[in-house]
Amino acid sequence: MAKETAAALDKPKMPPINIWAAPVLIGWIIPGGGHFFLKRTGRGALLLISITIMFLLGLLTRGMMFTPQSGDFLTTVINYGGFVGDLASGALYLIAMMFGYNQPDMAGAVHDYGTKFLVTAGLLNILAMVDAYEIAAERKS
Amino acid sequence: MPKMNLTHFEAAFLFSLLASVVLGIVTKKNDRDRLYYGAYCFVCFIGALFVIGWAMRIGHG
Repeated sequence: MAKETAAALDKPKMPPINIWAAPVLIGWIIPGGGHFFLKRTGRGALLLISITIMFLLGLLTRGMMFTPQSGDFLTTVINYGGFVGDLASGALYLIAMMFGYNQPDMAGAVHDYGTKFLVTAGLLNILAMVDAYEIAAERKS
Repeated sequence: MPKMNLTHFEAAFLFSLLASVVLGIVTKKNDRDRLYYGAYCFVCFIGALFVIGWAMRIGHG
């Protein structure tokens, strides 16, 4: 009981949504955008460059874009997880899909690397969004 | 859409570099720690690349 109370006291309070919603949303649409919004230009530029290069490498190596697909447990986890990873790249993903740059799944190590590059770009963007949230909530400088 | 072919090493090197930059930026609280942590992640990625690569090479004979 005492431990639970202490843990509840240590836990930082959730800041109001109007403080962090804009940087997180902008950070999703444009990688590093949340940092630009919060005037962390240098870090925002590095995030934008790194995530965009990773996404472009995925496209250039003909990586596959995941689509939500259900089946057995593993198929569902891989496809839904991959889709969320791809979608997290924000505008990069939406533009690539709009212009039909999504590739069919092909056998080969290079394409497989491409698929991982695309998903990782999205996952790194999620980390950037969390960082933007923490900066907005004044938990980080 | 132009196409690109990468060797295993090139792909893993680029992946390590780009992921390390982001991990360095988002993890630490000042620039010095960010730089050190990014470099540390990069060295770990490349170290793992060589160790696992050689393990597979030896394992497959």
